[in-house]
Amino acid sequence: MKRLKYIVLVITSLLLVFSLTACGNQSLSSQNILENDKKSKTVTWGVKADTKLLGLIDVKDGQDKGFEIDLAKAITKKMLGKDAKAKFVTVTSQSRIPLLKNGNIDAIIATMTITPDRLKTIDFSDSYFDAGQSIMVKDNSPIKKVQDLNNRTIIGVVGSNSVQNVKKFAPKARVLQLPDYAQALTALKSGQGDALTTDNVILAGMAVKNPGYKLQGKAFTTEPYGIGINKGQPEFKAAVNKALKEVQADGTYNKLIIKWFGNVPGFNYKEVLRK
Amino acid sequence: MQNWIDAYSWINIRFLLQGLWITILISVISVILSFIIGSVLGIIRYAKIPYLSRIIGFIIDVIRNLPLLLIIFFVYFGLPAFGFKPDTIPAAILAMTVFESMMIAEIIRSGINAVDIGQMEASRAMGMNLAQAMWHIVLPQAYKKMIPALVSQFISLIKDTSLATIIVVPELMQHGQVVYGQDPNYIIPVFVAMAIMYFVVCYALSLLSKFIDRRMA
Amino acid sequence: MIHLLTSNWSAFISGFGWTLLSSILALFFSLIIGSLFAILEVVPNKALRIIGNVYVEIFRNIPLLVITMFFYLVIPLYIVKINGFTAGTIGLTIYTSAFIAETVRAGINSVDPGQMEAARSQGMTFWKAMRYIVLPQAFKYVIPPLGNQFVNLVKNSSVLAFVAGFDLMYQGNAIASQTFETVNTYVIVGIFYLIITLPISYYMQHLEKKLA
Repeated sequence: MKRLKYIVLVITSLLLVFSLTACGNQSLSSQNILENDKKSKTVTWGVKADTKLLGLIDVKDGQDKGFEIDLAKAITKKMLGKDAKAKFVTVTSQSRIPLLKNGNIDAIIATMTITPDRLKTIDFSDSYFDAGQSIMVKDNSPIKKVQDLNNRTIIGVVGSNSVQNVKKFAPKARVLQLPDYAQALTALKSGQGDALTTDNVILAGMAVKNPGYKLQGKAFTTEPYGIGINKGQPEFKAAVNKALKEVQADGTYNKLIIKWFGNVPGFNYKEVLRK
Repeated sequence: MQNWIDAYSWINIRFLLQGLWITILISVISVILSFIIGSVLGIIRYAKIPYLSRIIGFIIDVIRNLPLLLIIFFVYFGLPAFGFKPDTIPAAILAMTVFESMMIAEIIRSGINAVDIGQMEASRAMGMNLAQAMWHIVLPQAYKKMIPALVSQFISLIKDTSLATIIVVPELMQHGQVVYGQDPNYIIPVFVAMAIMYFVVCYALSLLSKFIDRRMA
Repeated sequence: MIHLLTSNWSAFISGFGWTLLSSILALFFSLIIGSLFAILEVVPNKALRIIGNVYVEIFRNIPLLVITMFFYLVIPLYIVKINGFTAGTIGLTIYTSAFIAETVRAGINSVDPGQMEAARSQGMTFWKAMRYIVLPQAFKYVIPPLGNQFVNLVKNSSVLAFVAGFDLMYQGNAIASQTFETVNTYVIVGIFYLIITLPISYYMQHLEKKLA
């Protein structure tokens, strides 16, 4: 009996300590991220490392490469001048928002859709890419559209909104959430699920190196990607939006689209070009 | 068909070895730090200082009984609330150190307990104070007894660094995932290579421990 | 935090259940497999001893995550379809069995070898002597370390989160990334783990003191 009391005491005191620590997370809003970045001439971006065409680690030199990486570099230069540096921190769909809120990174450019849910906790720049959610299946799969997934198993990634979206279209689908896209794709191939769902552009990147798998059906949602920014940073947000407009106006944006998506089967890059 | 030849291209192997290097780096730094911190905490807990030993005992027991994965999340996602924002590698080192310190503290405490109480009393009777008796008489014997347990804890630590892949620390497991993410036909070769790399490091350590144990006995 | 707990109650509880189930299954099977390999390590036959040794050394020196991922990603590709929960539980079983083998072997070695000899001279076979004389005594000695293995098992079961095994950690990850209340979610997850691990670990400390 005495021991039980002891354990209850431990657990309650723990609860107290942790709830106190969880409340201390307010200091960030008092800082001006744009001013800090101007001083250090660096913007720290949260980027993906497992998403082909957008942000993928290259085993040859360990560098992150992709459309989002190039776009982040271009935006950084427009914001802070030619000699400014873009610093990259690898994030996953699960870790990106906590890292932004904690201030490990200044902004997220990591295949993140602007959604009402996320807008409650963070801000977004204007959209920088128009993706749409789609599914990838084996070539001979009986699944023709997302609704066919009812009573089947579908693989997604923890923290992506695709796993929540798919339940709207196929409420009876069983959803498995894996830590990142590399695991999700490998799990699909191992037969852990009948389809993999995420944005068409990510799937198109996966299909390049994986014969026998294809994107199935049209995109069933629109997924405008935005750069994630902390709330209470209007100057930073304005600077990002201004830089994004300039990058589009001077043709850099379209050049990058053609560089990364110009030659991807199953993905029409002309639809995402911007004037 | 699994493509062993391309999977084992120098570029891929080098990338895996870079991961192994980070794994070893994280493990070695964490084991040194947690040996020091763990020893201090273990001795405090053993010494039964009023309140302090109890409180530290609480903390040790709680952290010891949580999954390491949670400690990694707390350090990486929770610490920045206190104004400290570690990158992934320092975060991994910190998380491993916090966790391993508690494990080592327990090993140290039971190691000290295993040294005959009579020895402590005898040294005190000879006029040594508690710290002197600890330092000259009890600890040297306790550490000798603890070597196997400490080494196997170190081996656990090396294996546990693989969990840090969840926050994208560029260690061996993470690099393995990147390599087999490139091509579906690399998966078995990569698993074999990763298993061999972990095995060689950990097994070598356990052989070393057996060797030291025999020399000391 | 209370609101977070109540609004995700069913997810937390189901995660807790899967974690407990996986840990108990893995403990049960790893006890059997571990004892088997422990005996293999002490039999007179050298070939069997080598098999026992190789098994134990391999699985003690490779990370649990590597073993689990292998079962989740590679085995279904070639051999048999298993889901994340099964793959995770198999991984846990194999990994833990190597440690249990070591514990049980130490227990067997601690039994006076004279007893085995006496039993053999009475006409018992090696296996009979093992079964009726040595093992019952060895198990008494290994109960506290086995309790610690179970605590490790519960903690290690968090690797199921890597393979969508529906366990506590998996549910925690999903809840954290939907509610954006990362730290609070993991605090709740931590308390659920402590509900299992703390009592066992205190009981084992108590038992060790009593036996010492």
